[in-house]
Amino acid sequence: MVYLALLLLFIVSYSFYYFGKNRALKIKFTGDQKLASLPDYYGYFLVLVVFLPSLIIWFILLLYKSNFQELYVMSPSLFPDIAQWSDAKFGLIMNKISNLALIVNIPEADLLKGQTSLLNMSSESELIAAKNLASFDNIYGWSIVIVFILLPVILGLSVSRLINQKLNVQPIVEKTIINIIRFSSIVAILVTFGIFFSLIFEAIKFFQYVNFADFFFNTAWNPNRAWVISSGETVDPEILKDAFGWVPLLTGTLLVGSVAMFVAIPLGLASAIYLAEYASSKVRDIAKPIIEILAGIPTVVYGFFAALTLAPMLKNFGDSIGIDISAESALAAGLAMGVMIIPFVSSLSDDVIRSVPNSLRDGSYALGATKSETIKKVVLPAALPGIMGSFLLAVSRAIGETMIVVMAASLRANLTFNPLEPATTITTQIVTALIGDVEFENPKTLVAFALGLSLFVMTLILNIIAITIVRKYREKYD
Amino acid sequence: MTNIKKRLSAERRFKFYGQLGVFLSLLFVTLLMLKIFTTGSGAFFRTTIEADVFFDPNFMQVDKNSSDKEISRASFEALADSVVNYNFKDLNEDQFIKVREMFTRRFDYQLRDYFLDNKDDYKKTVKLKITASSDLDQIVKGNYPRNVPEAQRKINDYQLSILDELNKQERIGSTFNFWFFTNGDSRDPETAGIWGAIMGSFYALMVCLAFAFPIGLFASVYLEEYTKPGKITDLIEVNINNLAAVPSIVFGLLGLGMLIGVFNMPFQVPLVGGLTLGFMTLPTIIIACRSSLRAVPPSIRHGALALGATKTQTTFHHVVPLALPGTLTGTIIGMAQALGETAPLLMVGMVAFVMEIPGGPLDPATGLPSQIYLWSESAERGFIEKTSAGIMLLLLFLIAMNLTAVLIRRKVEVKW
Repeated sequence: MVYLALLLLFIVSYSFYYFGKNRALKIKFTGDQKLASLPDYYGYFLVLVVFLPSLIIWFILLLYKSNFQELYVMSPSLFPDIAQWSDAKFGLIMNKISNLALIVNIPEADLLKGQTSLLNMSSESELIAAKNLASFDNIYGWSIVIVFILLPVILGLSVSRLINQKLNVQPIVEKTIINIIRFSSIVAILVTFGIFFSLIFEAIKFFQYVNFADFFFNTAWNPNRAWVISSGETVDPEILKDAFGWVPLLTGTLLVGSVAMFVAIPLGLASAIYLAEYASSKVRDIAKPIIEILAGIPTVVYGFFAALTLAPMLKNFGDSIGIDISAESALAAGLAMGVMIIPFVSSLSDDVIRSVPNSLRDGSYALGATKSETIKKVVLPAALPGIMGSFLLAVSRAIGETMIVVMAASLRANLTFNPLEPATTITTQIVTALIGDVEFENPKTLVAFALGLSLFVMTLILNIIAITIVRKYREKYD
Repeated sequence: MTNIKKRLSAERRFKFYGQLGVFLSLLFVTLLMLKIFTTGSGAFFRTTIEADVFFDPNFMQVDKNSSDKEISRASFEALADSVVNYNFKDLNEDQFIKVREMFTRRFDYQLRDYFLDNKDDYKKTVKLKITASSDLDQIVKGNYPRNVPEAQRKINDYQLSILDELNKQERIGSTFNFWFFTNGDSRDPETAGIWGAIMGSFYALMVCLAFAFPIGLFASVYLEEYTKPGKITDLIEVNINNLAAVPSIVFGLLGLGMLIGVFNMPFQVPLVGGLTLGFMTLPTIIIACRSSLRAVPPSIRHGALALGATKTQTTFHHVVPLALPGTLTGTIIGMAQALGETAPLLMVGMVAFVMEIPGGPLDPATGLPSQIYLWSESAERGFIEKTSAGIMLLLLFLIAMNLTAVLIRRKVEVKW
């Protein structure tokens, strides 16, 4: 229904374009009078008048549907003591009423046994509320029809009466368009600030429960200690002292990341050097896109591969040579992640190596150096800032990678630097914290935002350093 | 002389390392694909057991005159049990349970669906291919080893003997698994399908497109055409470039904290998932749009302005249409990225068990990658091949989207 209405809104807007244009063209002129604007603009003018308010009202209706629903259903006339209800009770009753609403209009004969007993258990006012809720969708649907058809038509028709030859709509239309696109770029910037502030606000809430120092310097991570806390309850930070210690997560993240870089740097750099310096253009044209496929494969695929193929394989291999390798070792996750970031290293390094001018190579050859000596002594040093930049970007990618570690790494925190042991990472713990009930007033959920903030800051710093290195130390050859 | 030899062998070694690097990287791509395709291809077929079904009035609550509605509400559980007894004579209670376990738990639905289409078979006996349970299916496909001790197997020795007997009578067959493409998720691997997840991803991508494309395009038009280079533009530029490198899980937290926490939007729905993916793809789209707007030569703008067009007319009649193909390729690549992204969906709850096919962006749903994640976490053996098959579909969609982008770039994009 909403889609149909939205389609109708488009049709209505489109026809108002012609309506406005025709209306402008039909104006009778005397003498050398002219239209103030091009006829098209009268069409655009009406489209804007018709389209924008409807769209804005629709967004509000869509965003606050559940609020309107609650306002309509939970009226104080039905439930006189509603003001004293706790949030939990409110949610419970609302839930019951939504269940009732599904069955309240079905004839009794068609009801299943459980449904009849639910009806019998409900109070009179709950039944009325349920009937209201059942009719709400209807009302909501009609209000959308009004917003999408009636409102635009009335607005369009009444505004179109204003059209005469003296009304210069062109500046109005152009200003509105500029404001729309200005608004869009503000939205794009707001996303950044949105990230920052939503992380900050929730993290501040988290630090009301947990000491700052306990979070950053404690080595114990036992988030299930927070499960005893009910939402909104204030607790003594001492209880949570050993619950949220960030250190083992950081070491785990760095451990997995190091394994990944151990794979990605040699392989990526070797591929980049070979493709840029040795390979014929035919080999390059085939091999480069295939390697880049590795970056396009969704991370959930690597996670599946790491958890189901790589980890058992490593464990069996370890058993056969007498080393104990955990099934959730940092090694398996790190290896898969390393394969994933090979292209990040190779593509960027390849570009940088190729941008080193040939005159440098020729000079080196002229002095009698072999190709590999030229690469090692001349090309790589010249390309070093770019290559370092690509490493840093790859590291930031590895730190923020989620699915591989969620699927292949451990959930239990373990302060270790041994890649054969299980380890957990920041991203894994963010996901774990948000599984199950999300309660915005409880440290077990809020910790996700504190972790997210630390992740955001870390990747941001890495990126800024990478970009600065690339910009500042880039050799300029032309 | 030795020096030269050393240097030359160092040269050869160096080149070899390079070749090794490329070779290993290519090997990983091949291995990954091979692994996925060999494990996943099984999911497109399901094992069936041929059974004689007698639509016995004693075990049915409906007859051939019943309306479709009555039939779909009736239970066929008793009939399913009778079919087992009818085909395997003289079973004791334990044996009966074991044989019943060899068929899918949705045996009765299959009978009901057949009866809905063939009411005339009432009181008749027909041969039907009943779907086998996932455990049996895995044994038949050879994914389960048969030669492990009985206690470690889900199919015991008695069931294996029945299976071998059925095999001898050529009653074990295999059909194309339509359910995989038409069903929603299920607790039983044999009836689990991916369609619900595909629709969930589709709605999320539509929301993502509706949000990110106009905003991204307009924002880049504003930044490229209406602002002068300066401190503020620089700030925005740095801002957007950094945004592109923020881990996707942080965007998920934004979706959770902002859309669900502040704006009170519902959990689990593609609308929120799509908006979150939209935040994530916005920088990608803006960067692509800006570079294609920048590629439009200034002479076009000067020409239009010289003919008396206003700034807005120049931009929207000349510059934007010329840059459109480039912005489209950028958008499609951004959408492909969004399709493969799992972490943001996890954050906004699009990883629940959802049986129903979502009918719109406000219905609870999972996405394609999050469905893959859900299945991969499942303990049931039969879900492993479903996971791989899901991955195959996901990769197929990604390849299709990227190919479209490449085609647009080759055919439509204007080169200056």
